[in-house]
Amino acid sequence: MNNTSGFSVVRNQLFSFVRKEFYHVLRDKKVLLILFGMPIVQVLLFGFVLSNEVKDTRIIVIDVARDEASRQLITKLGASRYFQIDHISTNESEIEPTFRKGKIKAAIVFPVNFQQELQHGNQAQIQIVTDGTDVNAANTINGYIMSIIQDFSLESNPLQKMPYRIVPEVRMLYNPQLLGAPNFVPGVMAMVLMLVCVMMTAVAIVKEKEMGTMEVLLVSPMRPLLVIISKAVPYLLLSFVNLSIIILLSVYVLDVPVKGSVLLLMSLSTLFIITCLSLGILISIQTDSQQAAMFASLIGMLLPTIMLSGFMFPIENMPWPLQLISNIAPSRWYYIIVKDVMIKGADFSSVWKETLILITMTIALLAISMKKFKIRLA
Amino acid sequence: MSTLAVLLRKEFKQIFRNKAILAISFVAPVVQFLVLPLAANFEIKNINLAIVDNDRSGTSQKLVSQITGSGFFKLVDYSSSFKQAYHLIETDKADLILEVPTGLERNLIRENSEKVFIAVNAINGTKAVIGGNYLNAIIAETNKNILTELIPGVNLNQGIDLATNYWFNPKLNYKIAIIPGILAVLVTMIGGFLSALNIVKEKESGTIEQINVTPIRKIDFILGKLIPFWILAMVVFTIGLTLAYFIYDIVPQGNLLVLYSFIAVYLLAVLGFGLLISTYCNTQQEAMFLAFFFVMIFILMGGLFTSIDSMPEWAKMITKINPVNYMINVMRLVVLKGSGFRDILPDFIVVLIMAFVLNGWAVLNYRKTN
Amino acid sequence: MKTYLFHFHEMESANSNILSIQTEKLTKRFGDFTAVNAITLDVKKGEIFGFLGANGAGKTTAMRMLCGLSTPTAGKAVIAGYDVYKGTEQIKKRIGYMSQKFSLYEDLTILENVSFFGGIYGMSSAQLKSKSEALITQLGLENETKKLVGSLPLGWKQKLAFSVAVLHQPEIVFLDEPTGGVDPVTRRQFWDLIYDASDAGITVFVTTHYLDEAEYCNRISIMVDGSIAALDTPSNLKKKFSTESMDDVFYELARGAKRSGD
Repeated sequence: MNNTSGFSVVRNQLFSFVRKEFYHVLRDKKVLLILFGMPIVQVLLFGFVLSNEVKDTRIIVIDVARDEASRQLITKLGASRYFQIDHISTNESEIEPTFRKGKIKAAIVFPVNFQQELQHGNQAQIQIVTDGTDVNAANTINGYIMSIIQDFSLESNPLQKMPYRIVPEVRMLYNPQLLGAPNFVPGVMAMVLMLVCVMMTAVAIVKEKEMGTMEVLLVSPMRPLLVIISKAVPYLLLSFVNLSIIILLSVYVLDVPVKGSVLLLMSLSTLFIITCLSLGILISIQTDSQQAAMFASLIGMLLPTIMLSGFMFPIENMPWPLQLISNIAPSRWYYIIVKDVMIKGADFSSVWKETLILITMTIALLAISMKKFKIRLA
Repeated sequence: MSTLAVLLRKEFKQIFRNKAILAISFVAPVVQFLVLPLAANFEIKNINLAIVDNDRSGTSQKLVSQITGSGFFKLVDYSSSFKQAYHLIETDKADLILEVPTGLERNLIRENSEKVFIAVNAINGTKAVIGGNYLNAIIAETNKNILTELIPGVNLNQGIDLATNYWFNPKLNYKIAIIPGILAVLVTMIGGFLSALNIVKEKESGTIEQINVTPIRKIDFILGKLIPFWILAMVVFTIGLTLAYFIYDIVPQGNLLVLYSFIAVYLLAVLGFGLLISTYCNTQQEAMFLAFFFVMIFILMGGLFTSIDSMPEWAKMITKINPVNYMINVMRLVVLKGSGFRDILPDFIVVLIMAFVLNGWAVLNYRKTN
Repeated sequence: MKTYLFHFHEMESANSNILSIQTEKLTKRFGDFTAVNAITLDVKKGEIFGFLGANGAGKTTAMRMLCGLSTPTAGKAVIAGYDVYKGTEQIKKRIGYMSQKFSLYEDLTILENVSFFGGIYGMSSAQLKSKSEALITQLGLENETKKLVGSLPLGWKQKLAFSVAVLHQPEIVFLDEPTGGVDPVTRRQFWDLIYDASDAGITVFVTTHYLDEAEYCNRISIMVDGSIAALDTPSNLKKKFSTESMDDVFYELARGAKRSGD
């Protein structure tokens, strides 16, 4: 037999294997629903539901002064869209039990001689008591309260305008409206692709092992590693579809366009998909039950990489051992690539380093998989 | 021995022989528990700053040293080229640029005010706002110093002074805030996933037929699945609380009995949910994905990473049927604020109802005869 | 080991009039497809009844209805004295079942499986103890008691599954292709067990592909395309179709079948 027909035999074998895999995947309607439904739900969640915005936060005011100035400031606070004044009282000891109930997030306390002190050119101290159990919220709430009060201060006392003032003018780059979307869309992409490729591939391969049909496949004339790879192919294509859905949602529903080259984004995403598939394959070789495969990919892999990829929590704040570990999380590098290409509009020259890292990881994962696979077969 | 006891004995034997379950229930949470608080630090510090100084005057120097001395910023570049600084933002080496215009010092004196320009990488909106705020505060501080120097005896202590006091967590320690929530999330995941997979595994392997052919009552069967994982989850929760105490010095401010009574009911609800999913699925893959899908949505919308107040009204409706929401709330109330049973009573009742509904539904759904 | 080439199993005359299983036009439909078409049969107490048919003929579906695992679409059936629609839980107390696919717990030991299933049928610890010991001796598994069932070879698994199915002395035991994939020696040992059970008064309802096993039964029925095409003793059927072997009887009946294979 000459070489060309040998090649086409393999090609046909591969094609029939891949086709069979497609049947498996496409016939499980429930799984398919979640496969595609999940990214959509996530994007919508992050886009419309989850944010750190402060809006209509319930606060209470303890107004011991009850004078003109305090009433004006209270009105200003209540008028802002950030806050909703639950009620005004004169009793400071109310604060603790109110906080204990959990609905009120902050209390503002006015001192007795509020207006008087202001008029005499002295300092009047307002106390802001914030519930510190939600640190994010506490910081932001505090910031807004402060800025409202400072505005009030400037308005009511023009003499505050001192000479020699350095005035900062701030410009927000890439995301002038401070939307949450540009930050999380890259993160959701990384997370969803990782989920589908790593977990689904690992579980699908292990399922065949569990059912015993894997042996049948391995006995076929096709090379064992190709058997495994053909299992991964449908997920490659499905991830591609997922990727496109997320990008389309991002552009048309969340108003976050792809500033850079779409082709570059897609090709680098495909690279990341292949990296994740390799990881899934490695997990499937190492585990023997579907349960174990799922847990290894989910709790062992997905969660840490979400945490350490820089998408939810900033990497630079982590202690250095964690920063080191985050370096081997492929999602960390992909996240940077997507941010740069999609949100900043950068070109390949800015992301070549990350690309190289992903390629190295993929090759390493596949090499390790091959070695482990041979050990298992022997 | 009663049927239930026989069932429980079998379940426990199977659990302890299953390395995967043991690893997930004990090893993984411990690791997560240790790693996540270290990682989950929203504090904004070490902000990379590039300064473009076109003035190089005494005033600009004061500004620069005040900024670098504050500890919030890391100076990554100091040049006279905006282009250079902008390239650093593009390559993520800098988060902020501060540009000092030529003639800053001169214009401050002549015109009484002068602008400085700040450009912020605003992809991460929160980080950008906070970074900008810090910078503003430092600039204001520098201003005060300049004024004091130029106008000796100036009265800066006018107007409103603000004193902020953070209760329950005075130092705004992220760990204290997030750990009770992480514990809640971990226990939810374990409870939800493990119970979902369990019945399906019996379906897949065929042993469920053997069970269906016996006179076992539906309710005994479901209880036999529920109780072992309930115990498992309670154990994990206790381990978590203990770790929180030893490693992070978190002492529950409220009554442990209150906390545990809530957890007991909450776990019933979560496990019931897992069992319910299990009755609808025929393969482990399906169960796994369905469980993950819902659990993930519940956790994201639970109020741990973002606050519920900021959600649109329709989303707030959804949080009312989200058990994780109640759990995180109660964790915060009891562990951090020391709230009592009265305070958590509404949450307790809701979760109790959820437990009944979910488990009841699962029992109804499970058919021995098809 | 007993040889059964020409064994005539004798039944206690006292039991020959009590019916363990009685069906009348029992039917199961799935949408348009009629899997089991109005079958009517009787099985006497203590009988060994062979339920034969090609793959896809409807044997397993019929058996599942008799066990209370599946609700019939039409027709009547009385199992161990209880109605199959209203008394499924009563029926389950009185029957044993061995499915085609091995369904004991592979991650439990022999003893643990026995005490689990025995316990579910309400056997006391004392009963369980003596029964398990008897079972292990009978199967010759003294050295394997601590091993997980999953590690046993197929033949022993099958024998174990059967023993568990009859542990609680049920009135009837349903066996779905119990000797599939097992070597001839083990098959004979298995039928020893079936005879022991029958001697003890348990009715045995067994489906099988192996037509030589049909000879071991008191009566057999052959299902073709969801209906019963023949029901009689093996020797009567051979006479009727003028053939020497059950294979030929089967062939005569089944070759006109429209449904074959799963």
